[in-house]
Amino acid sequence: MFTKLFGKLLITVMLVSLLIPAVVLAEDIIPKTDPGGSATGTAIDVPAAKIGEPTMGELANAVGHNRVAINMVWVLITGFLVMFMQAGFAMVETGMTRAKNVAHTMAMNFMIYPLGMLGFYVCGFALMFGGMGAIGTMGGFAGLNQEFTINLFGKSFGLFGTKGFFLTGVYDVAVFALFLFQMVFMDTTATIPTGSMAERWKYASFFIYGIFVGTIIYPVYGNWVWGGGWLSQLGRNFALGHGHVDFAGSSVVHLTGGVIAFIGAWILGPRIGKYNRDGSPNAIPGHNIPMAIIGTFILAFGWFGFNPGSTLAGTDLRISVVAVNTMLASATGAVMSTLWMWFVRGKKPDPSMMCNGMLAGLVAITAPCAFVNSASACIIGLISGVLVVEAAFFVERKLKIDDPVGAIAVHGCNGAWGCLALGLFADGTYGDGWNGVAGTVRGLFYGDASQLFAQCVGVISNIAYVGLLSFVVFKLIDKMVGNRADARAELDGLDVPEMGVPGYVGVKLDKAAETPLSR
Amino acid sequence: MKKIEAIIRPERITFVREALEKVGYSGLMITEIQGHGKQKGATQQWRGEKYKVEFLPKTKLEIVVKDSEAEKIIKSIVEAGRTGDIGDGKIFVYNIEDAIRIRTNERGESVL
Repeated sequence: MFTKLFGKLLITVMLVSLLIPAVVLAEDIIPKTDPGGSATGTAIDVPAAKIGEPTMGELANAVGHNRVAINMVWVLITGFLVMFMQAGFAMVETGMTRAKNVAHTMAMNFMIYPLGMLGFYVCGFALMFGGMGAIGTMGGFAGLNQEFTINLFGKSFGLFGTKGFFLTGVYDVAVFALFLFQMVFMDTTATIPTGSMAERWKYASFFIYGIFVGTIIYPVYGNWVWGGGWLSQLGRNFALGHGHVDFAGSSVVHLTGGVIAFIGAWILGPRIGKYNRDGSPNAIPGHNIPMAIIGTFILAFGWFGFNPGSTLAGTDLRISVVAVNTMLASATGAVMSTLWMWFVRGKKPDPSMMCNGMLAGLVAITAPCAFVNSASACIIGLISGVLVVEAAFFVERKLKIDDPVGAIAVHGCNGAWGCLALGLFADGTYGDGWNGVAGTVRGLFYGDASQLFAQCVGVISNIAYVGLLSFVVFKLIDKMVGNRADARAELDGLDVPEMGVPGYVGVKLDKAAETPLSR
Repeated sequence: MKKIEAIIRPERITFVREALEKVGYSGLMITEIQGHGKQKGATQQWRGEKYKVEFLPKTKLEIVVKDSEAEKIIKSIVEAGRTGDIGDGKIFVYNIEDAIRIRTNERGESVL
């Protein structure tokens, strides 16, 4: 009785208090409001010695400051979106693997974020961007000015930067914004191999890998393309288009991740039960398709940071073209992979391949997104949808490499395809002066075959460098702690033996049914 | 007394229970089970690779009735549980020797 009365009293108090402003307080008590919004932001808001009457110089300063501010806010916010892609990766990889390994798979996707970040802070950032020069869109700070180069054939080849270790000597707002944006890109690469190596990778081995990837594997190739290194100089030095061009990271981020994923899965070997004695593969179904699909959507959302953010400038209005190309390619990739599974390679529209297809389209459009028109974006996505399915089958059935989530097909194969696609479809409407070469970026179909050649050099050098280095790193880790989890732990599920706790506490799992019998 | 043990599709249990409600019964037991019949499981597909699920989920329904009521109970389970496809399940009928109500120590058909 009392509580009912009290409830009625609360409702009355709330209603009355909401009505007070409408009845009692008249609007004109508060001076000069602007409910419409058009009067806010005037000459008064321009910093000036004499308020309201800025000089030409003060006006110019304000405009410049605003321009950099827009760019920096854009870089930070798109960086935050890319950071959230870590959640997408965690969900895709965990959804496509088995219930008995969820804590382990999730914990890898979780820890790669801090591990990779710290590695990038210690030396990754310096190696990658230490010699990139001024960050033009964010104020022109020129402190990143030390590149280690070698001279061959009378040309200089930039190999890695040497400034900004621990972010020292570059205590500057533009550099910090760049650090955040590039750090989350590196973490995208770093988390790709946890998919192909899932369900059998010893956590200690993963932990050490997490340090290597952010400190050295990723940043050096990144320097070659984005930090002013030799691949970006191919245009100036050898007249190969604009050098290797990769707008948002089909090669730098995704091909790198795909190659590490390939080498790692190959060294680890297949999961127990994956292959029969005659080499034919068994299906090991993932345990949570809704989780995989939600994860894919999170990734697709994050990609609106990944690609449009790579202008490093909100004032570069090409961002709308970049964003639309990105979503179009994701659509054609998803539709094509679904149709291909449904009517060509199988009998059903496989949900996990739908996810792979959308991601494949996104990976493929990442390099060319700023340089192609919408029709080309659709074609690039369409081809990636077929490529991803065929590559997944090729890896599983021909190479006998066990990749539980299709990371090699999605990121490796389509990362390479994206780079080549730029060399084919770049239409010459954007990229004037890219990598210090005059004129816009054109692909083979628009009259510049040398651009395609530069793209090929970029892809081949990625596979060679990343493949070799990650091979060495994994072999080194194997000597230290061993890469592969114990077979008994693998059959039991890695959650308890490796992590100490099941991912689904109090839920009865059918562990026997989760592992097929090798016949 | 007879015990009627029906192995049916899990998705038909609500229909079967409703049908039994109409003919009247005193109580029933349900167990979620796994198993396979002559067809030996079913084939599913993951990332283009076919795989066999050896044991399929089924529902086991047990109900003990007077001899005179057995036929109409069986009939209603068959009618409500049938889809016409392979995998509709089977019914087994047992003779029951005795029944005891624990609360009162009562015995025989009157317990039901």
